Amino acid sequence: MSDWTEVVALEEIPQLGSRVIKTDTMSIAVFRTADDQVFAMKDECPHKQGPLSQGIVHGTSVTCPLHNWKIDLASGEALGPDEGCTNVFPTKVENGVVFIDLKVSAAA
Amino acid sequence: MKQKLVLIGNGMAGVRALEELFKHNTTDDSGSDLYDITVIGSEPHPNYNRIMLSPVLAGEQTIDDIILNSLEWYEENNITLITGDAATEISRVKKSVVTESGKEFPYDRLLIATGSNPFIIPVPGADKEGVLGFRDIHDVDVMVQAAKDYKKAVVIGGGLLGLEAANGLMKQGMDVTVVHLLDSLMEHQLDKPASALLKASLEERGMKFLMEASTAEILGDERVNAVKFADGSEVDADLVVMAVGIRPNIELAQKAGIHCERGIVVNDTMQTFDPVIYSVGECVQHRGECYGLVAPLFEQAKVAANHLAQVGSTRYIGSMTSTKLKVTGIDLFSAGEFNEEEGDEVLQMQDVASGVYKKLVLRDNVIKGAVMFGDTMDGTWYFSLMRDASNIADFRKTILFGQHDLGDAGHGDDTRVMSLPDDAEICGCNGVTKGDIVQAISKNGLFTLEEVRAHTKASSSCGSCTGLVESILASTVGEGYEAAPSKKPICGCTDHSHDDVIDAIKDHKLKSIPAVYEFLEWKTPDGCAACRPAVNYYLLARWPEEYKDDLQSRFINERAHGNIQKDGTYSVVPRMFGGLVKPDELRAIADVCDKFNVPEMKVTGGQRIDMFGIKKEDLPAMWKDLSDAGFVSGHAYGKAMRTVKTCAGKTWCRFGTQNSTGLGVKLEELTWGSYMQHKFKLAVSGCPRNCAEATIKDFGVVCVDSGYELHIGGNGGIKVRVTDLLCKVDTEEEVLEYCAAFTQKYREEAHYLERTAPWVERVGLTYIKECILDDEKERKALAERFKISQKIAQVDPWKARAEGEAAHEFTPLKIAG
Repeated sequence: MSDWTEVVALEEIPQLGSRVIKTDTMSIAVFRTADDQVFAMKDECPHKQGPLSQGIVHGTSVTCPLHNWKIDLASGEALGPDEGCTNVFPTKVENGVVFIDLKVSAAA
Repeated sequence: MKQKLVLIGNGMAGVRALEELFKHNTTDDSGSDLYDITVIGSEPHPNYNRIMLSPVLAGEQTIDDIILNSLEWYEENNITLITGDAATEISRVKKSVVTESGKEFPYDRLLIATGSNPFIIPVPGADKEGVLGFRDIHDVDVMVQAAKDYKKAVVIGGGLLGLEAANGLMKQGMDVTVVHLLDSLMEHQLDKPASALLKASLEERGMKFLMEASTAEILGDERVNAVKFADGSEVDADLVVMAVGIRPNIELAQKAGIHCERGIVVNDTMQTFDPVIYSVGECVQHRGECYGLVAPLFEQAKVAANHLAQVGSTRYIGSMTSTKLKVTGIDLFSAGEFNEEEGDEVLQMQDVASGVYKKLVLRDNVIKGAVMFGDTMDGTWYFSLMRDASNIADFRKTILFGQHDLGDAGHGDDTRVMSLPDDAEICGCNGVTKGDIVQAISKNGLFTLEEVRAHTKASSSCGSCTGLVESILASTVGEGYEAAPSKKPICGCTDHSHDDVIDAIKDHKLKSIPAVYEFLEWKTPDGCAACRPAVNYYLLARWPEEYKDDLQSRFINERAHGNIQKDGTYSVVPRMFGGLVKPDELRAIADVCDKFNVPEMKVTGGQRIDMFGIKKEDLPAMWKDLSDAGFVSGHAYGKAMRTVKTCAGKTWCRFGTQNSTGLGVKLEELTWGSYMQHKFKLAVSGCPRNCAEATIKDFGVVCVDSGYELHIGGNGGIKVRVTDLLCKVDTEEEVLEYCAAFTQKYREEAHYLERTAPWVERVGLTYIKECILDDEKERKALAERFKISQKIAQVDPWKARAEGEAAHEFTPLKIAG
């Protein structure tokens, strides 16, 4: 069952940018693409735990600021020849407000 | 309605064209693929790397190692693959292709990539068992088997392919004699001295040669047992490999009535005289030229793919090629017109004892050709200078000694990269060995530096090993490697180069990133982490007063105005003009460190104080305190003007001349806040003892009794490069004006992420002198433009953020969970 948590107004996240959510246990990066899709994933690159929230967003991927790994925002998978994966969380936008489901990935 | 695309020839050129095609978004409006693709190949294998057959023959690699596209690849891309069934007829009326087994494949577009056939000399006995060419996996299998059963091999042809075949057979344990019609080996690639060195080196390994020998007949019953020559002499042979050349395979096209000369004649978009039929590869004749090397084929494949994908208007305009011999342990490089004509100048270096020979042919100070033996480290560099037709006048005295910034960080002077052991570390940043790189190249079928970077990470951090990696790449893939393409795209998002973008922004008054992407037909909607910061910078540099900096197109350091550290914290470096600091300021810094629990401080190489381990959310508050104490951002995090380093100066130093420290402060006041293509450092020394190390800075001033020496293009980082002397001036006002003009010239023209050192080497000191010294009007205009851009740039980003700008950047959201 989904468990949606309200996070932030969509307009508070810059287009092609991100915000960081701190929970009690971890940091989560919430990204907004140029066409207003919203994605959320654990704020750790599978390579050396770089903060993905600080990377450059392009299309539906983000480039890690530490060593330029490219991570797919939808799946959390590293793109190109690199291999690795970061936890992703379901998101939805309703009436300009971003919600995130923390339970789903925690269980997965 | 899906169109049918049929490819005849399952080889490197044709399949590369398909790969290029898939790079485009080849779907129609309904979202289905543009083409239904069928590939017809006569060999029973998927596409493999034909140029790696020599290492396979030599036992250094296996067939599996050289497969470029696995069967799964064809499946994943919904390609119907027909192997072991040659196409026998093209019906242009029915628009279909018929194969040997009688299958028929209709097409809307046809791509012919039938490659070439080895030329078999038409002498009596050439059809005997044990006589073959060296062209495909089957030939290699036959040779490897023959090596087990027989002893003596004769290779006819002392060219590239013949010598590689001979070397492979020797490695397989055969006694090999190379027969050559002329008096020197590889006459298409080498001049006589290099050819002689090569021959001696191969003889040392046990290869035998019969020079100026014209083959008359192959003797034997069913199987060959000897080769007879025109002069009547004979040599025993159990195996004869003919490697005297290749002929474009045009039979099929010719039968179909497609215009052919030596090869299938194509136009600049790789179309034959029948416009729905394209052709690429060795079977093609373009502007009178047929190519037998792989780099041009890839260029052709790209053009054909663009055309098939109905995008862009790229044209193929011919290729310049270079050659490397893939015989392990022999370093040989050749490119262009290596035999001088009247009026050409020759630079030559020969060291017989170390077996090194280098020769460059120059015409009006432009490289026309190069031959190298023994030390080919700089081959790729010479080749790119040749392709770009660079004027080498500024460094012709040293050019034979190689490139300044190549392979000297931890690599010593070991230039013979192929003689390094496999465990030699090439990339010191990422710990990548030569063996890792060679393996990645052959296993994954890599051809470009970018691909090697992506797969191995070698040369992807500081870049100091780029030359070595290129050299390994060139040696491993041989002629397949294309050194520094004449027009290098910024990244995979576009075919346009940095210069194209810079020019378009200027000439067409493009004033936003979307405008640039639209005008230059970018392939991705919002670029990538490589091109967007570059385009953002170019716009900012060109339209300082109109363009609004796009924060989402900046690397995190420039967005957060601090240097991101590996644990995600930031470091903070306040500016201290000219390196001068007052007690109150130091006290303020100490207070800030206490207040924010700064775990470590250190003094930087640029005479500033660095505070480490700052949490991002603390940055604005910390900046407020620093700002209140009078500090502005030190830009130690940015592609920007960093610091002006100074020495003790005349006030205290007994050797000092001029007011060097004061000049340092003035220079920093002039230049701080300016964004650049890369970091930019200055220094002022008070005397020629040069304690501020001004001669390894981007712009350095050395004060002397009679005035000021101005130095440019130095680099103390990855590759040390000593500055070039720009000129000497008499007054401080002139120093400031020349500095502003030089800085602006760099800001307007260099490529993003190109420091002044490689920029000065690329455009030449002469060019910079022409603009800044000889043309007073231009100098003053440049300095004026710099001042205009500085008016906007010199707003302290720390103060602005302390006052609340871009607050979202620094404020995390907290939720329970």
